[in-house]
Amino acid sequence: MNSENTNIGDENEANNKKDEEGKMSQINTPGVEKSNNAQAVAPSSLASVASGSARNKPSSRIITGSGLEARNVHAWFGKKLVLEDITMDFTPGTVTALIGPSGCGKSTFIRILNRMHEFIPSASLAGEVILDGQDVYQAGVDVTKIRLKIGMVFQKPNPFPSMTIKENVLSGLKLAQIKIENPEELLQRCLVRAGLWDEVKDRLDEYGGALSGGQQQRLCIARSLAVDPEVLLMDEPCSALDPGSTLRIEETIRELAESMTVVIVTHNMQQAARVSDYTGFFLSDGGPGRLIELATTTQIFSNPKEKRTEDYVTGKFG
Amino acid sequence: MTILAATPTQPWKPKFANLWPEFLGVLFTILATLSIVAVTPLKGKLGFALTLIVVATVTSAVVSGLRKDKRAATNSVSTVFIYVAASLVLIPLISLLYEILRLGLGGLSWGIFTKDMSETASDSPLTEGGLLHAVVGTLYIVLIATIVSAPIGFLAALYIVEVKGKFASIVRFFTQAMSGVPSIVAGLFIYAVWMIGLGNSYNAAAGAGALTILMIPTVARTAEEVLKLIPDDLREAGLALGATQWRTVISIILPAARSGLITAVILGVARVAGETAPLLLTIGGADALNLNPIEGNSSALPYYVWKNYSLGNPESIERAWLGVLVLMIMVSILFASARYFGRVRGQSR
Repeated sequence: MNSENTNIGDENEANNKKDEEGKMSQINTPGVEKSNNAQAVAPSSLASVASGSARNKPSSRIITGSGLEARNVHAWFGKKLVLEDITMDFTPGTVTALIGPSGCGKSTFIRILNRMHEFIPSASLAGEVILDGQDVYQAGVDVTKIRLKIGMVFQKPNPFPSMTIKENVLSGLKLAQIKIENPEELLQRCLVRAGLWDEVKDRLDEYGGALSGGQQQRLCIARSLAVDPEVLLMDEPCSALDPGSTLRIEETIRELAESMTVVIVTHNMQQAARVSDYTGFFLSDGGPGRLIELATTTQIFSNPKEKRTEDYVTGKFG
Repeated sequence: MTILAATPTQPWKPKFANLWPEFLGVLFTILATLSIVAVTPLKGKLGFALTLIVVATVTSAVVSGLRKDKRAATNSVSTVFIYVAASLVLIPLISLLYEILRLGLGGLSWGIFTKDMSETASDSPLTEGGLLHAVVGTLYIVLIATIVSAPIGFLAALYIVEVKGKFASIVRFFTQAMSGVPSIVAGLFIYAVWMIGLGNSYNAAAGAGALTILMIPTVARTAEEVLKLIPDDLREAGLALGATQWRTVISIILPAARSGLITAVILGVARVAGETAPLLLTIGGADALNLNPIEGNSSALPYYVWKNYSLGNPESIERAWLGVLVLMIMVSILFASARYFGRVRGQSR
């Protein structure tokens, strides 16, 4: 087990560094296979992480909504095509990770899913995003209702500075003007689900800015849970956080997937392997970003169909 | 077990023993300046100041150049220039405050805040009469101008920054152009339109109208800058929670910008509180207290100062200085309270 962990570390560095190091980790890989003979044939240690993390069967979960689908989504900024023909299904109760090098359109894609794309003045779009059988871009759809059903957590923790921890969590209700019977109970439930309750239960009236970065990000997760979304989009939620906070948030994501659909953009392939059920690999060869491969996470990290996916997950480029 | 015998020192601070070249330099500068002023035709405070600047620059450059190198000399010269520039800013400000206190404090007493000038002759001593009417007039005028111009200014800033409407650049251009309008023009505008055109008479509200014209651009421009500083993250976070743009602005943007928006209002008040010219044309002036801002002639502190100064006798000139002092105190109290109520919440770091 130790050798495997060390190898994961190497792999991770290699992903962020140069080709030589990528080859190094490749050289290391057979050793891992030897030490894990019992496991299925795995070309990289990420595969063992991916297959090692226990998954519940989707059928055993209580899920609301019928999921989210993207159909032939194209996106432009001005005249530049940045996303070409993305079709993806997000099965309810699963975590889907979107991986790929910077600038390949992952963030643009998840911003399309909850209609945040349209805030960029030069943006345009083709295709459909179907939530519960209805295209969210259809004329007459109330965009605020869509965003209530599809919550979002951003890259940088962004608690509202003028609000206390408690007000932050319940801010979604205030903003969407929803009245509820028992806000205290909802407050506790959201903070527990976001894994923050024990740390903040005695300081709910302090301002959100007083928390650490990792706590702020979990506060933002709690905030997006308060309006009870069916889908939670996370745009590199851990990129600004330390490993401990990252681990807490990954646990949170696993727990959330019991009851909702999670889509997470990440540059950390360890994270994708640990946390997701499905992985989509995006790539742009200078032109628009495309979805190169979408499969179960185990398959992407152990037996990808595409050569480019394999090169990316083994750290040969990107 | 050893006890660590460490005493806190600050080794980066210059030692007294090493400071003698600086002392010699300062001494030389003063002596050289005095002797140059004594032997040359340069005379007076201005001549002394100019000589001092030149000698100080040269001395510091030579001392640093000899002790260290050319870079140190450049550094000392720029340091001297920065001190000179700072003094040039501070000297007028401090002498202004000193002069106001020196000439105004003599007349300051509780009585002046309880009486007006309706039954007092202009050349009677300062223990008689007061400036209650002017204080009340200024309060009314500034308050009305603030109540009208703060919402208009904020909404204009929201239009430019948040709505980003079609006319945003035009609105921004006009607020910038309006902030350059001479105050007398604002007074004339109210006089021509509100009074001659619509047949209203002098009152405090007309004065407030003129000041509103001057205050809106200041508030709008400052508020615009403040709103631009609010990170887009917060807007997106609000919208991603299913809020409308209006709810996002009300519940997130404005609270986050609160202290900056208060500063915008303060700057607006500072811009107009001392305005005299527009008031001369609009409030009519009075020596008696008028508690009705929408009817009858009114006074204001700048007007009171102007009137007493133009009366010319020693007592009224002293009253004018007293009026300046009271105006200054009022504005300071306003600033302090706005700072207190506008302090940034939720900053534990």
